[in-house]
Amino acid sequence: MIELHHLSKSYRSGRRNPPLQALDDLSLQVPAGCLYGLLGPNGAGKTTALRILSTLLAPDHGEVRVAGIDALADPRSARRELGYVAQEVAIDKILSGRELLALQADLYHLRRSERDARIAELIGLLGMDAWIDRRCGTYSGGMRRRLDLAAGLLHRPRVLVLDEPTVGLDIESRSAIWQVLRELRDQGTCVLLSSHYLEEVDALADRLAILEAGRLIAEGTPSELKGALGGDRVTLRVREFSDAQEAGRVQALLEGCPGVRQVVINRAQGFSLNLVVEDEAVISRLRQQLAEAELPVFALAQSRASLDDVYLQATGRTLQDAELAVAGLRDAKAERKQAMR
Amino acid sequence: MTTATPSLAPLPASEALPSAFAEISQETLALTRRLFVQLIRRPSTLVAGVLQPLIWLVLFGALFAKAPVGLLPGGGSYGRFLGAGVIVFTAFSAALNAGLPVMFDREFGFLNRLLVAPLRSRSSIVLASVLYITSLSLVQSLAIVITAALLGYGWPGGAGLVLVVVTLMLLVFAVTALSLGLAFALPGHIELIAVIFVANLPLLFASTALAPISFMPGWLGWLAALNPLTFAIEPIRSAYAGDFALQRIASMVVLEAPYGSLTTASCLAILTALAIGLFVAIRPLLDRKLS
Repeated sequence: MIELHHLSKSYRSGRRNPPLQALDDLSLQVPAGCLYGLLGPNGAGKTTALRILSTLLAPDHGEVRVAGIDALADPRSARRELGYVAQEVAIDKILSGRELLALQADLYHLRRSERDARIAELIGLLGMDAWIDRRCGTYSGGMRRRLDLAAGLLHRPRVLVLDEPTVGLDIESRSAIWQVLRELRDQGTCVLLSSHYLEEVDALADRLAILEAGRLIAEGTPSELKGALGGDRVTLRVREFSDAQEAGRVQALLEGCPGVRQVVINRAQGFSLNLVVEDEAVISRLRQQLAEAELPVFALAQSRASLDDVYLQATGRTLQDAELAVAGLRDAKAERKQAMR
Repeated sequence: MTTATPSLAPLPASEALPSAFAEISQETLALTRRLFVQLIRRPSTLVAGVLQPLIWLVLFGALFAKAPVGLLPGGGSYGRFLGAGVIVFTAFSAALNAGLPVMFDREFGFLNRLLVAPLRSRSSIVLASVLYITSLSLVQSLAIVITAALLGYGWPGGAGLVLVVVTLMLLVFAVTALSLGLAFALPGHIELIAVIFVANLPLLFASTALAPISFMPGWLGWLAALNPLTFAIEPIRSAYAGDFALQRIASMVVLEAPYGSLTTASCLAILTALAIGLFVAIRPLLDRKLS
């Protein structure tokens, strides 16, 4: 349903600055009836990819196909197949939600007879009855998102694209949106959403792609990606608050254990130790060795690999660290300009 | 409610599409309706747009109320002279603001919502603005026409009123094109408002709205005689003087410019050329911004 082939895009910001490479040879395919997650830190190129897909932005190189249509050659036909829910919800504050939906329906050329019925249907589906006739300016973030999702669905698109659909939302709105996205997928819509919430992608997506600096660095189903890492994650504390010396001693001991790898001291968490073990049996051996060395065990937590571990493995840093690294570097003004026509 | 397909299933590939005309009118009407709903719920633009020229008319008219009769070419009171100028200025100011809603849509991302929709023609966005601003400025101007009549500044008569409307529409088209061009060329609404602010009064003063060319020093007379506002003011002023008749449209001189005499027909021809020229000039910019 969605095919992106070798997309590249760079932005110029000022004459002196070098162009910023937002996408670098990105290719991905999403079949019908698939909920696909695009995961990556802010600035990874997610929004750029989605804006290209929704015909708002032309790539420097590459090919975009939506439902078999070449979106660069015939954007209008592609737009008919597409529903796009942008990151920054642009609503007209002075219109009511219902009026905005009616406007949107006319822009997608819905027939008058089907228009009102379709609007009523979506209002019920997204639980908007109580406030849909109030002006949009009074809506909370969650209400705006739901309205925007309804607007994207009016013309029953075969492809739905959502840019960070649940960022900053209350739990109720988030679960309402998740529910609708799952039903859409079940009924055959191809849903592509971007997110920098690992849990969201893990819980929702059938497949996902991880983007980093405009490049695709991992792709697959969440379980494939996690399974490929192998082993279990263990966090060990010998005392509630240990010190560097003791942590070093434990590290040396653990590294000598067969079946243990990647032992890292986490200073931020009271010198606890993070490690990967091959299987359950290793853990009991570990406990035994610690007891022999007369080291206590304050806490030992074991978990399967998470998407965060997938991200860490692929990029060498956690998603949170990646977010922090770019937090100070973004230029809100330049980004607003890029989005503006 | 029953539907053939479940509510969240995508629509199968669509059947025969409606005609281009049906689609363009549907999208244009919807966009125009939005602008009018905005106006009705936030009527301050409309109120200010009528109030400002009204104040001009009353205060400026009073300022020269005691000017000796016969001072102005063609005789008559200053209020009578001023009427045509204020009517044109009203339409001009309204049209100059045409770009503002478009600029706000650019800034708030609403334009992107329009651009991801499969509009049959993106000219619908421009067309909706033109329809809206033309109706708005005509309504405001007619309010001034009626007020001027009530103040005793004259009435153009039936045929004269047609001329007033036609002239104003030509001017409004031209100025709307300019304003829409600016709305896409400038980086934000602050810049757009600054340009509108700077352009507004000098164009008024350097026209024949407040004084005839014969009162002006040579250089200002030249400016006034090249100012598009003058080409709208003079035909309307002649209609108010009761001089307008269709058979004399090409012979009746309405403006004695330093470079020659202009008839009603030539003034209208210049305004038409200007409107067409400006739309042609902004076309590449619109194509680029809306593609």
